[in-house]
Amino acid sequence: MRIGIVCPYSWDVPGGVQFHIRDLAEHLIGLGHEVSVLAPAEEGTLLPPYVVSAGRAVPVPYNGSVARLNFGVLSAARTRRWVNEGDFDVLHLHEPAAPSLALLACWAASGPVVATFHTSNPRSRAMMAAYPILQAALEKISARIAVSEYARRTLVEHLGGDAVVIPNGVDVDFFASAEPKTEWQGETIGFIGRIDESRKGLPVLMRALPEILRRRPGARLLVAGRGDEREAVADLPEELRERVEFLGMVSDEDKARLLRSVDVYVAPNLGGESFGIILVEAMSAGAPVLASDLDAFAQVLDGGRAGELFPNEDADALAEACVRLLSDPERRAELRAHASRHVRRFDWSTVGADVLAVYETVIEGAAGSTTGSSADSDAEPDAAGSAAADPGSVAADGRPRATGWRRPWG
Amino acid sequence: MTTFTWLILAAAALLLIAVYLSWTAGRLDRLHSRIDAARAALDAQLLRRASVAQELATSGVLDPAASMVLHQAAHRARQAEEEEREVAESEFSQALRAVFADQAQVAAVREVPGGEESIEELTAAVRRVPMARRFHNDAVRAARALRRHRKVRLFRLAGHAPSPQAFEMDDEPPAVLDDRSNNA
Repeated sequence: MRIGIVCPYSWDVPGGVQFHIRDLAEHLIGLGHEVSVLAPAEEGTLLPPYVVSAGRAVPVPYNGSVARLNFGVLSAARTRRWVNEGDFDVLHLHEPAAPSLALLACWAASGPVVATFHTSNPRSRAMMAAYPILQAALEKISARIAVSEYARRTLVEHLGGDAVVIPNGVDVDFFASAEPKTEWQGETIGFIGRIDESRKGLPVLMRALPEILRRRPGARLLVAGRGDEREAVADLPEELRERVEFLGMVSDEDKARLLRSVDVYVAPNLGGESFGIILVEAMSAGAPVLASDLDAFAQVLDGGRAGELFPNEDADALAEACVRLLSDPERRAELRAHASRHVRRFDWSTVGADVLAVYETVIEGAAGSTTGSSADSDAEPDAAGSAAADPGSVAADGRPRATGWRRPWG
Repeated sequence: MTTFTWLILAAAALLLIAVYLSWTAGRLDRLHSRIDAARAALDAQLLRRASVAQELATSGVLDPAASMVLHQAAHRARQAEEEEREVAESEFSQALRAVFADQAQVAAVREVPGGEESIEELTAAVRRVPMARRFHNDAVRAARALRRHRKVRLFRLAGHAPSPQAFEMDDEPPAVLDDRSNNA
């Protein structure tokens, strides 16, 4: 199968969507499919052989924060060329509701299109205003995938329609077989994520820490992630600061080893999560998980059976649950056992098969109906007539040329 | 302004409207082909599901009663007239759930030569039917939303194409064939 995947965010910036696309592409290539990924990238970035650069993404204010996006004549032309030359059996877009490459690819597409919606942003005014513009482009998508039931709900609410739920994938065995590191073992609590991004919830954990350390004097906190370390411990009493160890940015291998070593993994995120891949990674590595009770997290943790949940932003409840887990090896073993069965559904072998099933469904449909649809197109004199009369003006405003959208499955 | 300028302006406006309407008609046409494609995919999955079940029913792997129930339901689903399809397919889903109610039945089929393959095919089919149906109904919804629009109704851009209908059926797979059911 020839598969074209469009990544909306810069390949050189680490991020959940980028990692997902990298793993998906490599999984599909491993199964013998031909995969090409179109992604924004800085000039001179070293790209894997399957990635094609769409040029540099431009930082622009969008939806209340600065987003790095691709738009304009040059990006549109590059995208169209990649789509045309790729001659893909199926085009898989990610996050097509943002003004990005994925949306441009949507314009250029003429074959079966699959799209994955990763985020679950609350309804915004910008989205409402953009709705009519978006709708015309999104109509080309034959199959929508949402990464969680939560993401599906927001998608249905915002854009209407429906989607199938296929979770993000994790290489479970990579985490399950990592070697624990002795210096990270022995009543350790783990946290992975940006230190300075309060959304990730480190401040909540820091507020809970004095109580945890008072009742479990041997405990330590290991923090992996970028950010200002001194600022993070600023509110912590001086004598407790040495009990927090900052590891900085860690490699994938060290991340797996860290998760294998800790006694409890804490995810105190405040919100804005639509999936929670780190929880799946922690469960794969056999780390008992304690997470805030966000919708997405509760779902990933099998409603609290594969990991414990505490009320969001409640530092006291976090401390209480953490102390209980640290002093109850049996409960930890129980969580580990449940989690190791539960994570199998997130393994790439399962997730990849589901994604391929979606590809096959849309390709099969397109092939099965070609004869019927071309007959229908010919029976549409109004559109055919006007398009033939002035094809230039249709193409000039950046929309696909008349021939492109007259043969939707060409 | 001279009459000539007015004429030019009017012509330009008309041209713009024509281009816009033609683009909308193109959108609608594309949506209709998307529905055709989605429907073809759904039919293919339903047919696949019925053929695997019939194969199983005639293979003698299942007990005679289960075989008859399965064969009858699959046969009815395949032969149903368009307006009875949804009911027949739903009843077939129920029959499948009744026959594959527990793991023991699946295990029994797996044991015979070729049984492993049949179970795999059946599993793929019962999982893909809901997928294909969701994509189909999503396309139907998009087309209906556009067809309801004033400009489409006023200029009859949908032509004589009948209003697309969603395909409603019970497509819940047997739980033992879908062990990720609380996730999908």
